[in-house]
Amino acid sequence: MAEGSAAGFAFVVSRESRNLATTVAPSDAAHPHGTTRRDFLYLATGAGAAVGAAALAWPFVASMAPDAETVAAGAPIEVDLTPITEGQIINVFWRGKLIFVRRLTQKEIGEMKAVQAAQMIDPAPFYARVKEGHDQWLVAYGNCTHLGCVPIANQGGHPGWGCPCHGSLFDAVGRVTRGPAPINLPIPPYAFQGDAKVRIGEGATA
Amino acid sequence: MTTPKRGIEGMMRTRALVAGLAAAILAATAAYADEGGPTPPREKWTFSGVFGTFDQAQLQRGFQVYREVCSSCHSLHYVRFRNLAEEGGPHFSASQVKALAAEYKVKDGPNDQGEMFERPGRPADKWPSPFPNDQAAAAANGGKAPPDLSLMAKARTFSRGGLWFVIDWLPFVGYTEQGPDYLHALLNGYKDSPPEGFQVPEGGHYNEYYPGHIIAMPKPLSDGQVTYPKGANGQPVVPETVDQYSRDVTAFLMWTAEPHLLARKELGLRAIIFLLVLAGLLYYVKKKIWSDVGGETHGLQPELHKTG
Amino acid sequence: MSAHATTYVPKSGIAKWFEARLPIIGLVHSSFIAFPIPRNLNYFWTFGAILIVMLASQIVTGVWLAMHYQPSASEAFNSVEHIMRDVNYGWLLRYMHANGASMFFIAVYVHMFRNLYYGSYKAPREVLYILGVIIYLLMMATAFLGYTLPWGQMSFWGATVITNILAAIPIVGDTIQSLLWGGYSVGNPTINRFFSLHYLLPFMIAGVVVLHVWALHVTGQNNPTGIPIKTGKDAVPFTPYATIKDVFAVVVFFVFFAYWIFLQPNYLGHADNYIPANPGVTPAHIVPEWYFLPFYAILRAVPDKLGGVILMFGAVIILAFAPWLDTSRVRSANYRPIYRQFFWVFIACCFLLGWLGAKPPEGGYVLAARVATFYYFAHFLLVMPLVGLFETPKPLPGSILESVTGPGKQVGASGMPAGAAAAPPTKG
Repeated sequence: MAEGSAAGFAFVVSRESRNLATTVAPSDAAHPHGTTRRDFLYLATGAGAAVGAAALAWPFVASMAPDAETVAAGAPIEVDLTPITEGQIINVFWRGKLIFVRRLTQKEIGEMKAVQAAQMIDPAPFYARVKEGHDQWLVAYGNCTHLGCVPIANQGGHPGWGCPCHGSLFDAVGRVTRGPAPINLPIPPYAFQGDAKVRIGEGATA
Repeated sequence: MTTPKRGIEGMMRTRALVAGLAAAILAATAAYADEGGPTPPREKWTFSGVFGTFDQAQLQRGFQVYREVCSSCHSLHYVRFRNLAEEGGPHFSASQVKALAAEYKVKDGPNDQGEMFERPGRPADKWPSPFPNDQAAAAANGGKAPPDLSLMAKARTFSRGGLWFVIDWLPFVGYTEQGPDYLHALLNGYKDSPPEGFQVPEGGHYNEYYPGHIIAMPKPLSDGQVTYPKGANGQPVVPETVDQYSRDVTAFLMWTAEPHLLARKELGLRAIIFLLVLAGLLYYVKKKIWSDVGGETHGLQPELHKTG
Repeated sequence: MSAHATTYVPKSGIAKWFEARLPIIGLVHSSFIAFPIPRNLNYFWTFGAILIVMLASQIVTGVWLAMHYQPSASEAFNSVEHIMRDVNYGWLLRYMHANGASMFFIAVYVHMFRNLYYGSYKAPREVLYILGVIIYLLMMATAFLGYTLPWGQMSFWGATVITNILAAIPIVGDTIQSLLWGGYSVGNPTINRFFSLHYLLPFMIAGVVVLHVWALHVTGQNNPTGIPIKTGKDAVPFTPYATIKDVFAVVVFFVFFAYWIFLQPNYLGHADNYIPANPGVTPAHIVPEWYFLPFYAILRAVPDKLGGVILMFGAVIILAFAPWLDTSRVRSANYRPIYRQFFWVFIACCFLLGWLGAKPPEGGYVLAARVATFYYFAHFLLVMPLVGLFETPKPLPGSILESVTGPGKQVGASGMPAGAAAAPPTKG
């Protein structure tokens, strides 16, 4: 079949196309204005296509960001503090993240205030960890700042938290006392509503 | 270009065949052109067409009608309080929506004791349904649950039949607001006395536009039923009539069905203009490139144009 | 891929090193750069490129939708509304995907009708063509599976009706049906496996597309004259000539696509699919998506359940036999005065079937559907063999180039590169 030989032309034509480049170039050089116009046209089209591709990609990227429902669900939560006894830690969730609410004992408050902040891995004075006037209450995110495991509280007589994954230690107000965790357990935005209630997430930005 | 004799004969035979087939079909289908019930009249909507937008004041009034009248039986399952504050919708202020949500009790839980409890609504909450489930809704309404209204304006669209579908999608001459037209017609379609000889069963109501004419829902709207906010002169800005209520609530339901309608059209116009410009540029690029080989051949049957 | 040696010559050291180990650049070069295309291709030949872009578009939007969609009977409808309302640009992704399916079918129908008109299915392109029919079948399966996923009324009842069609197959029908359902009716297991298969099939399509393109590059493209490339003067290299033309056509097609996405996103769908699936209520008019309507009309034209199913599938399968049913020595209908008329009647017949598929199966509509169904099959079984035998085709041009420049006129007018004139003519 004659048809079957079409592919055989690949050689011929590609040689042509190479010739094309050499034969066309001189004629372009003879018409510098034409060349400029052509270059501009190609450039404008290429730029337009690039802008279009980027604009097309944007919705796909944006759709992977938290959606409106997830963002709206981050409304503050209220935690009733009355049932929490001295020394007790409760877990709550805000925006899907674990938060410890800990009621410190008087002994712990005294010890924590006495620590020399400057010598810590991530120096933070006592009142950077709890709100003044509410010395008893620690509210901190409950995931280790190393790789996100949940530290275990009061294990083996340690008065704070110890991470089961890589051995980081935190004191009673969540300050890191031994690595590999690089920083203290972060404090979420929260505010007291009187003495018996706390709103976690109050004042947070979406 | 010359057509050989044989071709003409072939064409004539074909034409006769097509004409015969078409005639047979038209004759056969004429009897089925009208498929029961009057067609809802075509209304004017601010949101129709390529440049159509929602009228924010109308959506707010429509929401009021829904809230004061429809919401006692019909849920709005896919609407959250926060949606009411969104741009391109009724666009109430955030504080208005917060206050509105707080007026409703929302079931939440379980709490630490494992019990469900009620708390004031938050903007993130769903619009509360009048009934806890479909069965309860049916039991309270004579066996037929009032349908959810979130998507009604899109779910009740119908085709005009015939060959209208060929042009109905086109810009400016098309027509795709049959859904809202139906809702408006239905709300205005109640007749106190059905046509003679038409038996309306117990618990049914005669409606000109409802398929089969017997609708379970009693006439929901009457003139003056909803008090609209007053304008500067102390008079309502729009008449407080069934017709106006139904227009407003229909526009509101169009928004609940298609909350991103404005964003969609806005982005669409930009995208189309951009693509047209890009296509124009590409056309000239293509022309330049093809000029190297003597230009592109045009036409669907180039050889027929060139020979002779 | 194809047998001939590539003309790609790597220049840099790295390119040479790589080409010696995996000659993929040479492959791309010989397939999409140096590949010779007939110089007289019209815009109907850009639909192959458009189809590849649409397949990519469907796969990408589909993958992104799957990040938000939940394939379960209780959550599917809600998750689609979640995409429409809450996901950033979710409405855009969904409308692109839903309307993209329609655009895909519009493009494939143009591609198929072009193929039938210009006789592209004829030897030596039979395998290329049959691969195309397989792609079309896979597309239909994918589209059907995808349409069930929003789990609206039309999704549910479409799934019910089509799975019941399969139950008509003798002996194994019931087994197939219950394997598809995963239960005693269309339900949660059904939507779950349909989602899985809907995700799988597009990649199978992509695989067959690779074979389709491979086969194309073995035989070369047909063209409006239907006569093969005889000398280098009949052809131009794929890049830049076909490339730029395809890109232009794709962007023009995108204008059309964008219109549907942004300004008429629900026109091609069914209103009933905005009502959640309800196994207790069937919508008044059950109709498939527009691209299935001709086959649906054929299905309903037959009073017997099994017979209808056989004819419906037969209407697709018969396409695969076109290369052997067509007895004409000439490919292009441009040179077939009688067949050309029949071709347009066939197109009209397909449109008519489509229109009838949307009508209720009553009285005159059924009669018309039977006439049109008969004609549909007659086109393949009677018209194609007989017209080919008795028709006197018009004289073919001497070459593709001659069809472009006219007989008598000389090559100089064509502006082909100088090398072309020196190119050795091959067996042709």
